[in-house]
Amino acid sequence: MSLGAIIGMLISSILIENYVFSRFLGICPFLGLSEKPSTAFGMGCAVTFVMTLSTAITWALYHFVLIPTGLEYLKTIAFILVIASLVQLIEMFLKKSVPALYAALGIYLPLITTNCAILGAAILCIQNEYNFIESVTFSFGSAVGWTMAIIIFAGVRARIVFAETPKCFKGTPIALVTACLIAMAFAGFQGVKLPF
Amino acid sequence: MNNILYAFICFAIISGVLGIILAIASKVFAVKTDERIEQILECLPGANCGGCGYTGCAALAEAIVKGDAPVNACTSVSKEVCDKIAAIAGVAPAESHVRYRAQVMCSGTHELAKKKYVYEGIHDCVSASKLSGGDKLCPNGCIGLGTCAAACKFDAIHIINGVAAVDYEKCMACGVCVASCPKSIIKLIPYDAKHWVGCMSADKGAITKNYCDVGCIGCKICEKNCPTGAIKVDGNVASINYELCTGCGLCESKCPRKIIWSARSQSEEGVIRFKQDLTTTNSSNE
Repeated sequence: MSLGAIIGMLISSILIENYVFSRFLGICPFLGLSEKPSTAFGMGCAVTFVMTLSTAITWALYHFVLIPTGLEYLKTIAFILVIASLVQLIEMFLKKSVPALYAALGIYLPLITTNCAILGAAILCIQNEYNFIESVTFSFGSAVGWTMAIIIFAGVRARIVFAETPKCFKGTPIALVTACLIAMAFAGFQGVKLPF
Repeated sequence: MNNILYAFICFAIISGVLGIILAIASKVFAVKTDERIEQILECLPGANCGGCGYTGCAALAEAIVKGDAPVNACTSVSKEVCDKIAAIAGVAPAESHVRYRAQVMCSGTHELAKKKYVYEGIHDCVSASKLSGGDKLCPNGCIGLGTCAAACKFDAIHIINGVAAVDYEKCMACGVCVASCPKSIIKLIPYDAKHWVGCMSADKGAITKNYCDVGCIGCKICEKNCPTGAIKVDGNVASINYELCTGCGLCESKCPRKIIWSARSQSEEGVIRFKQDLTTTNSSNE
């Protein structure tokens, strides 16, 4: 796999096929944790970390366990099981070895155990028949795209707080309208043709 | 059938392996947490009311172990539990610890307190108080629309006959109701306080008499009769110093307005009953 293809895949997964704005995955933390840019960044880091690792593990699980045993049709359950255990393991490891990182990610890690974006990345990689490097690149790019989306959104929401919103639009309604407008802006990337 | 059995066995193996890995990891990566925190947490009420200033009981337990918070920071546990917490934390027991509860300092129910208008606005004390200070004539009376009851996280306040009443058993003394009251007539008093003055009227006796059948008129009979000097009339209203009060009940029996309440009259007879009795005695006197 050439370097150009990897860069192309990264750009595609970050901008063109953004998880939030074109695939509608991971919407609950996107709305729930986007009130402050700092928490949005923490959540984004946790998602990036877990998504990259879990895709690598589930890819190996699918190709070395599920295919030989002919249980491909049970991949959703197998992936949920493995991702949940993996997050538990990472949490324990971080608590012991990297307390600073644990303190930064700690509360967000359990939140994303069963997130649809994490499972979605793992299943999309299998559906698109990516190899190992492609899978990891794709999931990393997707997670970075997700992080970017939530940080942009948190920045906009921080300004909405000071805006004069009609009473019936306060809170989640105006947040959803904002997300819609950002998604429309991101739809502009659909026409981008990558040279690779 | 074989397919299902096969899938079942495979998943059992995968889950078993993951379980073993997690079990080993939990031993290998075990972080020593102070077991005193757990023990103190068991002593605390676990209501996470935030009255101590920390985010919850767990945060307070951690702060007590670290020495950041005093052992008597929680005002809703008894003295014995406070001493137990001190023993677990390994520090000297607190010199003084008082369990508090909220008390609404007003006795002016619908029949007893006079109204100046009929309020038909939003069902909330703050908005009612904006309209010339509420519908009761008394500027320090309970409006009785339940802003404190809505603010209480423990369902400990209910509006009975136009006046808020606190359920002592449920009250955690977090002070949320005290802050929510637009009239500032809710006070935190010691949990085992025997007596309290159920009035906050700061006006002169003659004026208070016009407002309400049970307002404190500042006659000082309680002050003169108190053997320990615990009750004082200041600004036309009596108040009790709980460090001196022995709970003898002399003030309660001498009060001509019957607004010095005792724990007995509230717990045994019930709020409404007591107030009804009061109405009949007042009218028979006249």
